Amino acid sequence: MKFPQKLISTCSLVTLIVMASASVVSAKTLNWARAGDSLTMDPHAQNEGPTHTLAHQVYEPLVMRDMTGKIVPALATQWEPSKTNPNVWTFKLREGVKFHDGAEFDSEDVVFSFNRAMTKDSDMKELLSSVKTVRANGKYGFEIETDGPNPIMPANLTNLFIMDKGWAEKNNAVKVQDFEGGEETFAARNANGTGPYVLKSRVPDSKTVLEAFDGYWGKGQFPLQITQINYTPIKNAATRVAALLSGEVNFIQDVPVQDLARVASDAKLKVIKAPQNRTIFFGLNQGDKDLTSDNVEGKNPFADRRVREAMMIAINRQAIKKVVMRDQSFEAGVIIPPFVNGWTEALDQLPPTDLAKAKKLMADAGYEKGFSVQLDCPNDRYINDEAICQAAVGMMAQIGIKVNLDAKPKAQHFPLINNLKTDFYMLGWGVPPYDSEYVFNFLVHSKSPKRGSWNGTRYSNADLDAKIKTLASETDLKKRNETIAGIWQQVQKDILYLPIHHQVLNWGMAKNIESLVDPEDQPRFKWIKIN
Amino acid sequence: MLSFIVKRIGQSVVVLLTVGLVAFSMFRFIGDPIDNLLGQERTDADIERLRDTLGLNDPFPVQYISFLSKAVQGDWGISFRQGRPVVDILIERLPATLELAIISALLAIIFGILFGVYTAIRPKGWLTNIILTVSLVGVSLPTFLIGILLIYIFAVELGVLPSFGRGEVVQIGWWSTGLLTASGIQALILPAITLGLYQMTLIMRLVRSEMVETLQSDFIRFARARGLTERTINFRHAIKNTLLPVITIIGLQLGSIIAFAIITETVFQWPGVGLLFIDSIQFVDIPVMASYLMLISILFVLINFIVDILYFIIDPRLRDRRARHTG
Repeated sequence: MKFPQKLISTCSLVTLIVMASASVVSAKTLNWARAGDSLTMDPHAQNEGPTHTLAHQVYEPLVMRDMTGKIVPALATQWEPSKTNPNVWTFKLREGVKFHDGAEFDSEDVVFSFNRAMTKDSDMKELLSSVKTVRANGKYGFEIETDGPNPIMPANLTNLFIMDKGWAEKNNAVKVQDFEGGEETFAARNANGTGPYVLKSRVPDSKTVLEAFDGYWGKGQFPLQITQINYTPIKNAATRVAALLSGEVNFIQDVPVQDLARVASDAKLKVIKAPQNRTIFFGLNQGDKDLTSDNVEGKNPFADRRVREAMMIAINRQAIKKVVMRDQSFEAGVIIPPFVNGWTEALDQLPPTDLAKAKKLMADAGYEKGFSVQLDCPNDRYINDEAICQAAVGMMAQIGIKVNLDAKPKAQHFPLINNLKTDFYMLGWGVPPYDSEYVFNFLVHSKSPKRGSWNGTRYSNADLDAKIKTLASETDLKKRNETIAGIWQQVQKDILYLPIHHQVLNWGMAKNIESLVDPEDQPRFKWIKIN
Repeated sequence: MLSFIVKRIGQSVVVLLTVGLVAFSMFRFIGDPIDNLLGQERTDADIERLRDTLGLNDPFPVQYISFLSKAVQGDWGISFRQGRPVVDILIERLPATLELAIISALLAIIFGILFGVYTAIRPKGWLTNIILTVSLVGVSLPTFLIGILLIYIFAVELGVLPSFGRGEVVQIGWWSTGLLTASGIQALILPAITLGLYQMTLIMRLVRSEMVETLQSDFIRFARARGLTERTINFRHAIKNTLLPVITIIGLQLGSIIAFAIITETVFQWPGVGLLFIDSIQFVDIPVMASYLMLISILFVLINFIVDILYFIIDPRLRDRRARHTG
């Protein structure tokens, strides 16, 4: 019986080695986990949060937002509307920038990347839909010509990453991945950017390793303290928190609200938080003649403004914040978060919860006996989404509206909104360009092929539609902001949506990490310090 | 024998086709992948164009047949979620699941039989009581809870084992193995216990009841009367007769271990096909879901097929009866 003994001693040796190696972790290594993985390394294939987050470490756009949300230079050092042609934006590109493979960065790469991002298989093309043409102006000059003046063009470019033309051509990655062809492009699994970190290895859904780029142009300008990043998606919330508690990871992006206290109470960890660029609200079908899911025959109760106002003031936002969100939200009076252009304190003023007035409004509208309606809600999209809807069911019952809650996975929920199959629904909305026009285009404009694709309310106001269209080309910012304010006033008056709250982001990390919370939930590690 | 095999293969093909048909008819209820594919800034025109491109506007029998005809030619489609060929993704993920499943099955078989025999021979010992009590936990607690519990004890409190992932892996051709590195073996321990506990309990209880029954049968009493030692009776005569039905169960359970791995893999972020399947459901990644279901049903059919043949070989009665029929 020699073998088992040998096996046992080998095993214990192995354990010893592992325990020894586990304790030796470099202080400047960031072990980062979040719920989801990036979907692809191709910077133009997916317009989606976790994908952009990883891309931001490896690739760079012309202009980007810092971790407070301010637009700062990246590959462009200066940008302004052309003095001769109002439809043109000119960019001065950074000189002396190198790609990870050593190739030099210049305007050719920018022209190539923009054209690539505008092809039909690109997921970024909508952000460039107003672009007529792009062109180089010398080696370090670049111009974008739009179909009309576009005052907020730079805000649309913060996630538009620049690839190396030569690298893409050499590796057959000129095309963004396409589903018809049935082949994966080289760029989906490999990367060659100008960013602060180089992609060392990547196994999708398992582990991605990034290392600091020696030739980064920003050396000396940014902290750049992290030398290696190990990124692991951990889907299960309990496991993610356990990995942070046990020290296997030292930075997680989504701490579940029920575990905040547990993480914060750990001597080696801390939780930092900030309002997220996302507001949660309910939409009401107010345009149809009759609702399909209610018990009122022949008319649409939501079409009556008094009913909408009654619902607006029947929702107890403080209670939702306290009980459902455990204080991890900011009650909202408007469907844009505070840092978006167009937001004012007056707009975000909470409608006071007033049941007596709500009941009277219901009676005035002829619904003192109430009615029943279905509420469609996602259950895997927003923080505690289903629980918020459950709370709303109780609040609506107080004014006689019997709400049947139907909570479903997001993949089933969102098609209901797009196909106009729901009368009463929950939606959350982020505003990446930080400007109200974006919200109007998708949520307020009448549903049409080019605009209003997320407007499930059937609300249609020709006057507002016309105003929204003017925003795209209004270069007088003062006048533009006045139009925005006017549109918001109408939207609030018509009670288009019932705002609930602005979401809050909670990042959990080791005490020695110094970071701000990015409102888009996108850490940019070049700014993060490790003490 | 040959006619038996041919008949079996025919049945297997019918099973596979049915699984595929049922799966495809269900995909419509999972949701629409378009929103996940296009992101927030899509227009209604984009939606229509992509739906057409992906063939999502076709009725499901058309989608099913086009999937089948391509699958037979080795083209399993492109994952909506990752934009990579499904075959590549499955090949990359399968070793993780198979290693986990096989190690769990081995644990379950070894400890199941050991404990089963022990508790049958010593029905009144204190160790028997402990084993039986612990095994009750194994059957009554849901897998994910056991997983979280193990993580809490061994990763958070004691800090001796990792809470997630597969550790360092070594690439041998297309097969990635975690069995050759220390961190890989460490990472395997908790998931393997979590996944194997239920199966171990099942095998243990089966072995125990079979063994108890065998020990009361006539031939054991005769063996005792002949004055054979307890050891010979237990381990030469009783155990052989106990293990026959156990083999069938083990075979069937191996299939369900692979299928059950979905939950364990999600808890431990184990990068296998189960985790892939869960991600695919949330994203409505139809090509991956379809291929996964086909793959799992092929595995099930294959395992059943092997068990049938093993049974045929091991059980002399089956063989003789057939021999008599044909002869």
